[in-house]
Amino acid sequence: MKQRSITTEFAKGIVRDNPVFVQVLGMCPTLAVTTSVINGVGMGLATTFVLVFSALFASVLKGIVPNQVRIPVYAVVIATFVTIADLVLKAYFPPLSASLGPYVPLIVVNCIIMGRVEAFATRNRPGVSIIDALGMGAGFTLSLMVLGAIREILGSGSLFGIGLLGAGFTPLVVMILPPGAFLTLGILMAIFNALKAKSDPVLIRT
Amino acid sequence: MNYLLVLISAIIVNNFVLTYFVGICPFIGVSKKIDSALSMGIAVTFVMTITAIVTWIINHYILIAFGLPFLEYVSYIVVIASLVQFVEMFIRKTSPALYKTLGIFLPLITTNCAILFVALIQAVRELGFIESLVQGFGAGVGFTLAIVIMAGIREQLELSDIPKPFQGAAITLITAAILALAFMGFSGLTSS
Repeated sequence: MKQRSITTEFAKGIVRDNPVFVQVLGMCPTLAVTTSVINGVGMGLATTFVLVFSALFASVLKGIVPNQVRIPVYAVVIATFVTIADLVLKAYFPPLSASLGPYVPLIVVNCIIMGRVEAFATRNRPGVSIIDALGMGAGFTLSLMVLGAIREILGSGSLFGIGLLGAGFTPLVVMILPPGAFLTLGILMAIFNALKAKSDPVLIRT
Repeated sequence: MNYLLVLISAIIVNNFVLTYFVGICPFIGVSKKIDSALSMGIAVTFVMTITAIVTWIINHYILIAFGLPFLEYVSYIVVIASLVQFVEMFIRKTSPALYKTLGIFLPLITTNCAILFVALIQAVRELGFIESLVQGFGAGVGFTLAIVIMAGIREQLELSDIPKPFQGAAITLITAAILALAFMGFSGLTSS
């Protein structure tokens, strides 16, 4: 348990236990806000912020909070940090805040956060918990960026809001609509599974 | 007449699962069998309707009245968590049969983002009390409709030969894409 290095602890969130592609957690923001890369990055960073601080607090409070009321306590901690993130976004990044809309408050019920707090932070020391949260946040942000990039290129013909494919390209509008979100994530997940099965057949989930 | 519009809009036009992507976790997790999908749907509809009423009252008579809008998220999540607990106790006392059907799904509902979404969206859309109630109920019915259709398709999928990388969540998401495409046919039916 104690021999795991910081890099392994961090890296597991990006590939082996990727929250989106492997654990299939946090689906609503993943599908809803990835109409562009900017939105994906914004949501990813906001979630990472909440994740890191919730993990830190859960890890520090683990000896103090009685077991029976731990879920409501963590929910309040998470909701507090989401409120901070929401107010900061509203104050300093109004356009981003407007396009993320109600999905910022929905970070409260993002299963990645409660999942990491329950499964990791309450069982480990604060330092390791923060590294774990950072890794999971990075994995989540990267997944949202990939999804956002694919959908933005195909659906709007641009990347980071800059026209990419020229005037001759007809945007596939369906890609930025709900069906495109489900389809892109489904295909990406299949590719991820195929690559994983090829690299280490032992780890594939059945 | 407005209420009918709100109801239809919440059930099919702006189906929570297929257009707002909320409630995806149970939509993927509990959609293997039609029976359990239906029970989950009923439990969600039940809690969602009550949540819509209670959060409306809290928002208007406590948060707005005392100028505390920044406590919105914290108070909603506490309300939802305790409401689910309360509903569970109430059903266990009054209807053991219903409790048997819904029992295991009730605790899961606390982390169903669709419930919190109902509370948030009614504040954003500035709905009246009855409208909020109707929207909460309609959204629940819409969720039930989507999850039952999905379960029906997945029961058939069990018998198909799916390529290995697509098995599990991947094929479910692609099925959801086709379902969302079908539901897009309803857009434009109501103006909201």
